[in-house]
Amino acid sequence: MSDWVFWTVGVLFFAAALLALYRIARGPKLLDRMIASDMLLTTLICILGAEMVYNSHTRTLPLMLVLAATAILGAVVVARYVSRRGQ
Amino acid sequence: MNAQVTRRELRRRFIRQLPLLVGLVVLWMVLWGNLSWLNLITGILVAVVVTRVFYLPPVDLSGRFNPWHGLVFLATFIGDVIVASFQVAFLALRPGRIPTSSVIGVNLHTRSDLIMTLVAIALSLVPGSLVVEADRESSILYFHTFPTASGRDVEKMRRKVLLVESRIVRTLGSKDDLRRIAEEARR
Amino acid sequence: MLDIVIDVLTAVFLIVGAFLSFAAGVGLIRFSDAIARMHATTKPQILGLMVILAAIGLQSPNWSTILLLIPILVFQMLTAPIAAHMVGRAGYRTGVMAEDSLLIDELAGAIERAQQESGGAGTT
Repeated sequence: MSDWVFWTVGVLFFAAALLALYRIARGPKLLDRMIASDMLLTTLICILGAEMVYNSHTRTLPLMLVLAATAILGAVVVARYVSRRGQ
Repeated sequence: MNAQVTRRELRRRFIRQLPLLVGLVVLWMVLWGNLSWLNLITGILVAVVVTRVFYLPPVDLSGRFNPWHGLVFLATFIGDVIVASFQVAFLALRPGRIPTSSVIGVNLHTRSDLIMTLVAIALSLVPGSLVVEADRESSILYFHTFPTASGRDVEKMRRKVLLVESRIVRTLGSKDDLRRIAEEARR
Repeated sequence: MLDIVIDVLTAVFLIVGAFLSFAAGVGLIRFSDAIARMHATTKPQILGLMVILAAIGLQSPNWSTILLLIPILVFQMLTAPIAAHMVGRAGYRTGVMAEDSLLIDELAGAIERAQQESGGAGTT
């Protein structure tokens, strides 16, 4: 596969991660930061997948699986914390 | 007499749990990545322990399953996900004002928890709608929908929710739910 | 010939996945409140993950890979609505939504009615 495909993909993912980091830094609320960090994690899962295609191996698939299965925990914990404090 | 009833009750409970158990065993074997007797036995052990320790109320299946309507639901669902994902993506990238959103309550026809849950999951996965609150007693789902620039978009969303519900009911709903959907269609 | 088709499809899938991630990031910055940002991020990313997984499947089409790809997608598809619901609910209850960003709010009326009913029952 030609290199420019991977350059495009890499730049887009990099920009997405930077935008998420910006939202984590700026907030303004805890929920915004949580949503942004969730997005960063999903971006990471996608990047792991793209890297496997680039280097044509499948060794990080279990890592993707574990991340996909546990990604929800952070969101649930933070959401519970926020709604309890809000009451 | 009494013992017989409880035995039948036990068997009924076991059959109800069976799909969950089989699913857990399959998941376990997939996670290990190979099929072997050891995996099968440890998988069954783990599945039994998990269903005992983290007990879930049994799901009432209607016993109906219509593969054709299931396929229709899956196809339209994937189509919805694709179309709506790009809509939201272009909305984010397009210059100009971001449209307003709405919180709407949709009264479902079904009385089944399972169907209500499936509708909620299916619509949560379609970009542009997420479930904020569910009223189980009166089967109302409250959605946060985005974008809704006008009342027309709100009505469109409401119709879409009911459409998704009718597809799911046609796939695995009870006879009662089917009748309610048919009545609604006639009106 | 088939190899070329597969490679082109893989490239298209990867670019679409990366584009959706990028658009989610832009939505995260531009949308006005937490719940709208939630719409912008999680859901396009599920399609993004789908196409990335499809690309992996295209490049190594064997059972052991595909059997691992399916649970990844299933986990994401089962957990994302739960996370979205919990965050949406927490956001709605704590009032993170910008007031003027809502066109219609039918839940506020329902909550008010429920509170009045329980309040009325309490006083009698």
